[in-house]
Parts: sequence; C-alpha cells; structure tokens
Amino acid sequence: MTTLTARDKATVKEFWSKIGDYAEDIGRDALSRMIVVYPQTKTYFSHWSDLSPGSAPIKKHGMTVMNGVADAVTKIDDLTAGLLNLSELHAFTLRIDPANFKIAAHNILVVMAMMFPVDFTPEVHVAMDKFLAAVARALAEKYR
Amino acid sequence: MVKWTDFERAAIQDIFSKIDYDVVGPAALSRCLVVYPWTQRYFSGFGNLYNAAAIKSNPKVAAHGRVVLQGLVQAVSNMDNIKAAFADLSVLHSEKLHVDPGNFKLLGDCLTIVIASQLGKDFTAEVQQAFQKFLNVVVASLQKQYY
Repeated sequence: MTTLTARDKATVKEFWSKIGDYAEDIGRDALSRMIVVYPQTKTYFSHWSDLSPGSAPIKKHGMTVMNGVADAVTKIDDLTAGLLNLSELHAFTLRIDPANFKIAAHNILVVMAMMFPVDFTPEVHVAMDKFLAAVARALAEKYR
Repeated sequence: MVKWTDFERAAIQDIFSKIDYDVVGPAALSRCLVVYPWTQRYFSGFGNLYNAAAIKSNPKVAAHGRVVLQGLVQAVSNMDNIKAAFADLSVLHSEKLHVDPGNFKLLGDCLTIVIASQLGKDFTAEVQQAFQKFLNVVVASLQKQYY
C-alpha cells in the first residue's frame, strides 16, 4: 500500500507526460463528478456561488487541485517533504476529512479512464492509484 | 425498498444495453486483481496470476468475469428488489466463499472505471451517479446475509 516502487514512479511520470496538458479538463470534470456523485463533498464548498457541474468556481478549483498533483509528480521521490506546505494547509486551515481524498482520487481516475481509454491500462491504473494514495497520505501528514 | 427515478432506471438499462458483456466482465475482474492484488486471495485455484499480462490472458479470470457480470445483469432485471434477488448470492459469498465485503467496493470501482472507458463522454456525471447508486445497492444486498 505504502511505498512507490521505481516502476510505479516511472509509470506515473510517463503517463503524466502524456496527460499533463489536459490537467485543467481533468480537474474540472473530476471535481464536477465528485460533487454530483458524492454529494456529501458539497459541504466543503458552501461558500461557492455555483456548484453546478463545470461552474466557474469548480473549474478554478479543479485547476488548483491538478496543479497540486502536477507538483507532486515532480516531488515524487519525497512527497512528505515536498508537500509540507500543502499538508499544513489541509491540516490546520482546510481540515478536509481524509476519507474525501479517496473519493477525489477515484473521480480523477474515472476521468482519466474516460479521456485516455487506451493509455489507462491496469498497470497505469495501479501506479496512479498508489500515487494518489501517497499524495493523500502526504496531505494528511500533519492532521494529528 | 430502493426508489429509482425514471432517469436512474433508464441510465442503468442504457449502460447495460451498450456495454459488451464479454469485454467488461473480464476486464473489470482482471483490473481488480491487478490494481488490488490482495483480492487474488480468492482465486488461488486460477493458475497463473503472476503479473498483469498473465492475469489479462488467464481464461479462468475471463470466465469468472463473465459470471460476475451476469450477476449484475440479474440485478438489473430485479431492480426493484435486488436485496431479495441476491439473498442466496449473499449467503454464498459469506458462508462458502468467505469474501470480505470490503472487496465488493473494490470490484465496483474497477467496473466503474472500465465502463467509463467504454462509454467515454456518454458516462456523464449524472449517469455515474445513477451507476454508483446501483452499485451501492448491489453491494449492500450482497452484504445483507453476512453475520
């Protein structure tokens, strides 16, 4: 569950090199889906004017999240150190229940499967799933 | 009793009319065995599961993937009482197969991903929501007879 192997890292980097340019689309679609399919996640966005799929706040925030993921890819060899600031943000300010990281990750994977059906093989899927789980762990590092 | 909206009913029927059962069942099960390798514990009699390529080409995995999908087709035919329709299946998974119900969610997530890749843009957020609700009902029904 825990450590990313050298092969995982290589797979993640290679897949990201193919899809990184679509980060904005992926983020917007994944976040829109999450809010529709898992409505309990809406509780974190009560301050947004518009929660409809593809809305401006969702598009902006999807980009924010995917920029974080892109950054994590470059820091894949030490996510805990690399994502320290984000971890403190999530722990002390945002305080998002970590269960939601899994939900967000699932929706990111669904969108990747839709947009890249050929490239998103089971091997890529497992590497990305492990990577997003590792990112989630790094984000939750400072929670308690 | 689960209440289905007209949209949800139509969306589920539509998914199951569009997907190729011979592709989706095997693809979902083999993906599950690759992405969550601990699920292989239930298939020790299936022969070579050593790597992703072996799993993908394993005929027993493919055959069983089709069995699982037929189970879901059963659920679609009994949408208004999946709990009753799956009572025996639930007993089977608990008493005979001893499957940890946590695994049902893992297979469900793989099914979602395979269907998403098959349907592409047709797998809208609303369709995904309907399908997730369907999966939740199926999983709860399969878990119902566990004690």
